[in-house]
Amino acid sequence: MHRTGKKLAVIAGAFALTIGLASHSAGDPDENSLAIEGETIVTDVKAPADSPLEHLYSGWRFRASETQSLQTDDFENPGMVAVEQAIDQFAMVDGSEGKACADCHADVSDFKGLRPNLPRWDEAKSKPETLEHIINECRTERMGAKAWKWEAQEMLNMTALIGLQSRGMPVTVETGGPMASVWEKGKELYYTRVGQLDMSCAHCHENNYGKMIRADHLSQGHINGFPVYRLKWGGLGSIHRRFKGCMQNIRATPFKRGSDEFIALELYVASRGKGLSVEVPSVRN
Amino acid sequence: MTKKLAALSLVAGMLAITAPYATAEVVLPDAVMIDDGEVAKSLTGSAGNPENGRKVFANRKQGNCLACHMNKDLSEQPFHGEVGPTLDGVADRWEEPELRAILINSKIALSEDTIMPSFYRLKNGARTMDKFDGKTILSAEQVEDVLAYLKTLKEE
Repeated sequence: MHRTGKKLAVIAGAFALTIGLASHSAGDPDENSLAIEGETIVTDVKAPADSPLEHLYSGWRFRASETQSLQTDDFENPGMVAVEQAIDQFAMVDGSEGKACADCHADVSDFKGLRPNLPRWDEAKSKPETLEHIINECRTERMGAKAWKWEAQEMLNMTALIGLQSRGMPVTVETGGPMASVWEKGKELYYTRVGQLDMSCAHCHENNYGKMIRADHLSQGHINGFPVYRLKWGGLGSIHRRFKGCMQNIRATPFKRGSDEFIALELYVASRGKGLSVEVPSVRN
Repeated sequence: MTKKLAALSLVAGMLAITAPYATAEVVLPDAVMIDDGEVAKSLTGSAGNPENGRKVFANRKQGNCLACHMNKDLSEQPFHGEVGPTLDGVADRWEEPELRAILINSKIALSEDTIMPSFYRLKNGARTMDKFDGKTILSAEQVEDVLAYLKTLKEE
């Protein structure tokens, strides 16, 4: 009964979305607003003073209403399967120390507030760290378990679960202090033309967002929803996987997942989305 | 035996590909001079084939022009991009030497900041994949074919 009620709500929601789309001219982000399980998700916000953009829009606002509606309900969100798996992983003993995540972290909700601040400076290691690093540090240094590969299903599941704890919180990455040089490097990469097709990130995501590039509606390229469930991938993928795909599309040799370059780019791109809500796990096409 | 035959036909195929370049005076990418936004002479020494140009224009692995430009003449193809200007009537707005220069190197012919790829230039962006590095996106013939096709896009 409850389930049927939900379905009806989704259908009603989709109908409302369709109306919103129909009354809006092509090219711009749409006017739809996102609430997930009753919680408001900020999908547009005035850009910070130092931003090259005037207004920030989540990638959700550029997607078709069918894709949008998948994210409005956790029962419909295909990325939540990974979250369910991660809940099991969280309680599972792994490694030589006989520990599970849950042995040290009683409640996964303790991680609320972590995702909006990543990547961040790791004092002990004197380098920037991403969520993948933080998870693997626990596994190798405290559990005596093997590190997960960047794009391993277990890693994607866990980054989705931990990211979800901060859903609805604004992105607030630190770009000053020791992260300043990392941010500068990321910015330089963002504006560097790469590949035979000779484009920088900015050519599509700063200068031409809102326009169609063949069948794709160009977004501002924010990463507040990662790991993302991409319909095209049929599963979750990391930020660095998406960066790789973009570089390959313009016929450039991509950097590797976890490379210094992609970590720097991750920080810079995250900073461009300051103020947007964390949407993990988001759904895109 | 079959291997030998295959090798022979491969050689024959390569000859067929290189033959036009050997006979006609193709202007190599590094030798192209863009003068005040124009390249007056054909890169191959002859006029292009508009029918083939239409195919190169639409082919996603060749011109892929529809990724960014709308073009009513190709309305049978779905999803025309909006990043660049529509190409309906493009031949009314630009002269042939201008269009040729834009296709060859948009950064010189149009603007340093343009998103448009340069289709007949050897050196492109950083980290170009090995298989594309030092190569042009289109051949001289393909540039001339696309140009011949663009010249058919008139509205007036």
